[in-house]
Amino acid sequence: MWTLRDKYAIAGIGTTKYSANSRTTVLNLALEACGAAAADAGIAVEEIDGVVSYHFGDSVPSIAVATGLGLPAARYAVEFSSGGNAANLIVQTAAAAIEAGLARNVLCFRAMNGRSGLRLGGSRDLNSRGITQYTAPFGWITYPQAMAMWCRRHMIKYGTTSEQLGAVAVACRRNAALNPRAMMREPITLADHQSSRMIVEPFRLLDICLESDGACAVLVTPAERARDLRRKPVYIRGAAYGGGPNQGDDLFDAIRWPEHAHNYAKYIAADLWASAGVGPQDMDVAEIYDCFTYSVLMQLEGFGFCKEGEGGAFVEDGNIDRGRKIPVNTHGGLLSEAYIHGLNHVIEAVEQLRGDAGSRQVAGAELALTTAGAMTCGSALVLRN
Amino acid sequence: MGAKPMPVPDADSRRFWEGCREHRLQIERCADCKTARFPPAALCPHCRSSRSEWVAASGRGTVFSWIVVRHPVPKDMYAGEVPYVVALVELEEGVRMPTNIVGCAPDAIRAGMPVEVVFDDVSADITLPRFRPQVPS
Repeated sequence: MWTLRDKYAIAGIGTTKYSANSRTTVLNLALEACGAAAADAGIAVEEIDGVVSYHFGDSVPSIAVATGLGLPAARYAVEFSSGGNAANLIVQTAAAAIEAGLARNVLCFRAMNGRSGLRLGGSRDLNSRGITQYTAPFGWITYPQAMAMWCRRHMIKYGTTSEQLGAVAVACRRNAALNPRAMMREPITLADHQSSRMIVEPFRLLDICLESDGACAVLVTPAERARDLRRKPVYIRGAAYGGGPNQGDDLFDAIRWPEHAHNYAKYIAADLWASAGVGPQDMDVAEIYDCFTYSVLMQLEGFGFCKEGEGGAFVEDGNIDRGRKIPVNTHGGLLSEAYIHGLNHVIEAVEQLRGDAGSRQVAGAELALTTAGAMTCGSALVLRN
Repeated sequence: MGAKPMPVPDADSRRFWEGCREHRLQIERCADCKTARFPPAALCPHCRSSRSEWVAASGRGTVFSWIVVRHPVPKDMYAGEVPYVVALVELEEGVRMPTNIVGCAPDAIRAGMPVEVVFDDVSADITLPRFRPQVPS
């Protein structure tokens, strides 16, 4: 379990513009976001000696960012071959690396030309070797197709409806309308969701997140260093990563997962809340990984905001809206802000805890949950100001 | 039309695909603790034994979950196939297998529906095990 409560902080954040076509390279996006995070913290680039990222073969190595920024000594420049489940894991390992003496100040980034360049899943092997020989030959290939199988299971077991999924899409879009960074700001209604075309049942178009070009970066430093820097520190209070048994041979594979009506959240929630010493009832905002609408339901249940199986009714009753039980995805999420693979959720949580979120600010926000992952494994953070 | 993905048999899976080619559904199980496993693998994840044996599966199971693909991806491979159904079928032997449900309107599929294997010779070398609603005997 995470034992570094409040010892490390996010001292700076940086983003690029989010778009459907960046007209530049992934490396340039990464450098822009990382440079902005360092400038935001007011730290000399010479003090940064770690860079951590994650990608699916659609980004640049961490050493390329260290080289591009001119770090004099890149001590902990590593990346995970991973999906969005690692978006919070990289922040955890940045702190762990500093704690172990491997680095002093660490940049965490995700950069991608996810729309104009290599689209997610575009690097998947259609040759059907290894685990893929049991899936792709049946036309089971894309991530929407993978996760629709999970969503269906939630519907089978709990009677969850398409309209309940739609409530998540509508809530995210309502928040995006307040966010100048968001790619999709035009409000939608439940009727719009219901009339959007069926892509892979049970998912309609508006159940599926955006594809985006862009980058996000956060700078992790020891708490005492953060207190000397330019911005109000946001402390890493609690953290967890993992999943249950039978996570499979790769991120797509969930053939042996015990029950697809719940996901990783159920398995890491106890560690997360114990590490933070607080619970779901204490959160002021929750930035929940929403590659698809259904994943929000499973994480609301898994992390204990509602009972297992009640996620559909919980969102349908408006409990995730601003001013209600738990404001979720105050930036619009992957569904409506942009798909920067979950690291944009951490950016939003930091802005909320700094009180910098402008017209989408949740008044007095002191504690935020960020989550990352939708299937067999994932990561989460509890952040505080 | 692009060529659709085809299984590439390997040391663990060769026996499974050879069985399909002969229209026999076979499942690997641990020779020591007798736990069935799918996909095939060198080690039993239950007892870590490396001794395994292949048993004839009944070919019957039930629908655990399913999706209906309406939007073809990649388009050049699947434009002529949609809508099609991908399911996780729970076999009587206790393992789950991804497959297609055929011979049934997508809207008629229900959780727990009894299905049975039907072999589809998709090339000279490869036969895919798909499933259809069980025909009452």
